[in-house]
Amino acid sequence: MVDLSQYKKDFPILSRTVRGGNPLVYLDSGATSQKPEQVISAEGDFYRKHNAAVHRGAHLLAEEASAAYESARENVATFIGAKAAETIFTKSATESINAIAYSFGNSDSSSKFSIKAGDEIVVSEMEHHANLIPWQQLAKRTGAKLRWFEVTPEGRLDLSKLSDVINAKTKIVAITHQSNVLGSITPLKPITAAARAVGALIVLDACQSVPHFKVDVKELDVDFIMFSGHKMLGPTGVGILWGRETLLNEMSPFLFGGSMIDSVTMTEATWAQLPQKFEAGVPNMAQAVGLSAAVDYLNKVGMKNLHEHEIALTKQMLDGLSQIQGVNIIGPVEIKDRGGVVSFTIDGVHPHDVGQYLDQHGIAVRTGHHCAWPLMRKLNLVGTTRASFHLYNNADDVIKLLDSVSEVQAYFKVKI
Amino acid sequence: MELDSLYQAVILDHYRKPHHKGLQSGFDIQVKHNNPSCGDEVTLNLSISDGVIKAISWDGVGCSISMASASMMSDLLLDQSYEDANQILAEFVELMQSKGQSQGNEALLDDAVAFAGVSKFPARIKCALLGWMAYKDASSQLMA
Ligand SMILES: Cc1ncc(COP(=O)(O)O)c(C=O)c1O
Repeated sequence: MVDLSQYKKDFPILSRTVRGGNPLVYLDSGATSQKPEQVISAEGDFYRKHNAAVHRGAHLLAEEASAAYESARENVATFIGAKAAETIFTKSATESINAIAYSFGNSDSSSKFSIKAGDEIVVSEMEHHANLIPWQQLAKRTGAKLRWFEVTPEGRLDLSKLSDVINAKTKIVAITHQSNVLGSITPLKPITAAARAVGALIVLDACQSVPHFKVDVKELDVDFIMFSGHKMLGPTGVGILWGRETLLNEMSPFLFGGSMIDSVTMTEATWAQLPQKFEAGVPNMAQAVGLSAAVDYLNKVGMKNLHEHEIALTKQMLDGLSQIQGVNIIGPVEIKDRGGVVSFTIDGVHPHDVGQYLDQHGIAVRTGHHCAWPLMRKLNLVGTTRASFHLYNNADDVIKLLDSVSEVQAYFKVKI
Repeated sequence: MELDSLYQAVILDHYRKPHHKGLQSGFDIQVKHNNPSCGDEVTLNLSISDGVIKAISWDGVGCSISMASASMMSDLLLDQSYEDANQILAEFVELMQSKGQSQGNEALLDDAVAFAGVSKFPARIKCALLGWMAYKDASSQLMA
């Protein structure tokens, strides 16, 4: 197992105590990650030393702020193997997905992005609400049909009906790279091949992948990806929309206002070049700079090391949980094509009560439907308890979770 | 342990053996409430005649707090006048908002004072109120 223990001390929050006077065991990085001092101070330093509105103003601070913001873009772009012009800062992954769904929905009927009755949009049953509802609503507005891949009982994407789900009518395939509930990693090759064969656009929700393993847009063969800074050690309030340059050039902007224009009269406006075309208004500059510091940090740790570390913890967790009576793992038990997210249920105890018990022992997990309500309905569950990792977790965290989980049924007096 | 103030024995008893659970036919109104942040759901059937709560039954899925609270609520409100039920409801809501400062009025709430501990756990207050809010909705529609 790779040793990442030297990094934990960089995360100030991890040294605090929580309920019951316990040290914090943070196992909720799937919801949001904690931030190292380097990120916190990069954000703070922007405000302390360089704060000014980017791309406007004739003063030194504006120059420094613009340089910091644009070099943050370069840094994030390089991290995902992209060009800076294709790497658009948004407020979050949610905004990124909504933005392209609106842009498609608003496009002229002659445009390749136009969606109309008879077209089909493909998602999956394991999507986060953020990658379901924008498409569901786009389908409703346009009369297009929403189709989806189902989930197998073991929590993998069911591709057995691939040629039916993706067909000549398919215009968009929007799919998650890794399930935030089940941990399963989507096998992209067959999906992208089928989508390419029918000329559909491919949108990849990379919220749970980019923060945890190396993602290179050149290798993915997709058209758009999106992710949030806050899940990858960065600040809240900044996300990324990456799209192929040719597509972004053809697409209409979805937010209008300052900074995104080339020229404006009282009745007309033309658009700036990429990426400004898609960044209306004064952006979240300090957060972009903070995200860049997070990328530096992840590069220092090494995405390969991070992934190996998380896989080792995941394996330890899966092995441990499968030995506790009354505990059911929800999601693949095999480590193949699986990331550092482990969902489980405990017979006779509601996930919310499990989470509360763990909290009393200082262990922070997520409980409930994880913004994937249709998936819960499909699996016939009211919710799960989910533990998810990042680089600062260690084997001790897993042992603490396992110990507490093994006490839950007794505390709630469930007969075993 | 702090947790024991949340999970009082009487709460866990009601969770394991809920009262008035299972929807009965012959109701005046049916309402369905859920808690979108955790997915808990309660469906409530209610009959009020001559200003008295004549029948109350419910069904649902949820955590121990939401299920036990719906159970105790139906015990408390059945056969009460609409006015008295409202007073009990108001007392329970006030207890939930007390941030751990109130023991609850036992004369009105009986065993439901066991929920006093919930008011110290902000994330669980909505759980405890789920069934009560379903009742409030149903009864105010009936009495409108
Ligand atoms: C798979 C997935 N998609 C989308 C999102 C939405 O991200 P955000 O809330 O940061 O916009 C999340 C976050 O929970 C997620 O896990």
